[in-house]
Amino acid sequence: MTGAGTAGAGAPVGVVLVSHSAEVAAAVAELARGLAGGAAGVPVAAAGGGPDGGLGTSAELVARAAHDVDRGAGVAVLVDLGSAVLTVKALLAEGDELPEGARLVDAPFVEGAVAAVVTASAGGDLDAVEAAAAEAYRYRKA
Amino acid sequence: MSAVLDAGFFRRWMTAAAAAVDREADRLTDLDSAIGDADHGANMRRGFAAVAAALEAEPQPTPGAVLVFAGRRLISTVGGASGPLYGTLLRRTGKALGDAAEVTPEALAEALGAGVAAVAQLGGATAGDKTMLDALGPGVDALGRGGGFAGAARAAAEGAAATVPMLARKGRASYLGERSIGHQDPGATSAALLFEALVEAAA
Repeated sequence: MTGAGTAGAGAPVGVVLVSHSAEVAAAVAELARGLAGGAAGVPVAAAGGGPDGGLGTSAELVARAAHDVDRGAGVAVLVDLGSAVLTVKALLAEGDELPEGARLVDAPFVEGAVAAVVTASAGGDLDAVEAAAAEAYRYRKA
Repeated sequence: MSAVLDAGFFRRWMTAAAAAVDREADRLTDLDSAIGDADHGANMRRGFAAVAAALEAEPQPTPGAVLVFAGRRLISTVGGASGPLYGTLLRRTGKALGDAAEVTPEALAEALGAGVAAVAQLGGATAGDKTMLDALGPGVDALGRGGGFAGAARAAAEGAAATVPMLARKGRASYLGERSIGHQDPGATSAALLFEALVEAAA
């Protein structure tokens, strides 16, 4: 753990970003890490694109990403739309494909990802990460 | 109709579904280009081809196991919303069938009812929203009333045709608003193919 300086020096919450586009998922992960000051201690994984590499959602990429970032403190999964939402919900309903403690977080994709990574890097637990990401819906721009 | 359906019947059903989806893939994609993102045919073809191949390699021992296995393959291979939706349909239906070696058509109708309810919950849709539910619902109801597989296939096809004048309320087509009217829903169309495949599996 680098520098977070918060209590509860437990393992960090992992963050998975699921987009129809591999590029979008990867770029949002990079953006969130960058705006979180590097967030070196927070595992963030992008799971973008479909099984054939085109636009879509790959359940296998999602499951792999969730296991990759799981440090035992839970995994916040943020999704863009359509099949990304339905795929994660279906995986959670199955019960054994995602790590225990993985949770679909209802949040805007970009703003929620930034809020989730910042909160996780500050040592927030899964509930705090989820709340911060969801809170991003309430930030009005006009 | 035969009184009981064994694992072999369910494997034939999935194989017939793969063949039907393959045969109709272009039509599904055409329907999807009108109101969706033009990938339904390709997605369904990829998913059900993977199901058929996987069942060939690992034939499952019971009706329920065949459907749970097939549903899981669909979720992992389709890549579009139809993957989790059809995957949930088959998986939940399979779970409802339990581990019986043989099931009756009535038990299948009841289990499909549970599967359809799970799809409705996952997608947050109801009848009349211009979705696969508009074919699944009538098909399952007809089967439950003792209409046989042929009756169920007819009801599902009529249900799919009845989506033409509907306004889409779910999925990408819902962004089109009024412009979604006048097109048959691709998901309802592929759902009707599943019932046609039941008829073929029983033949």
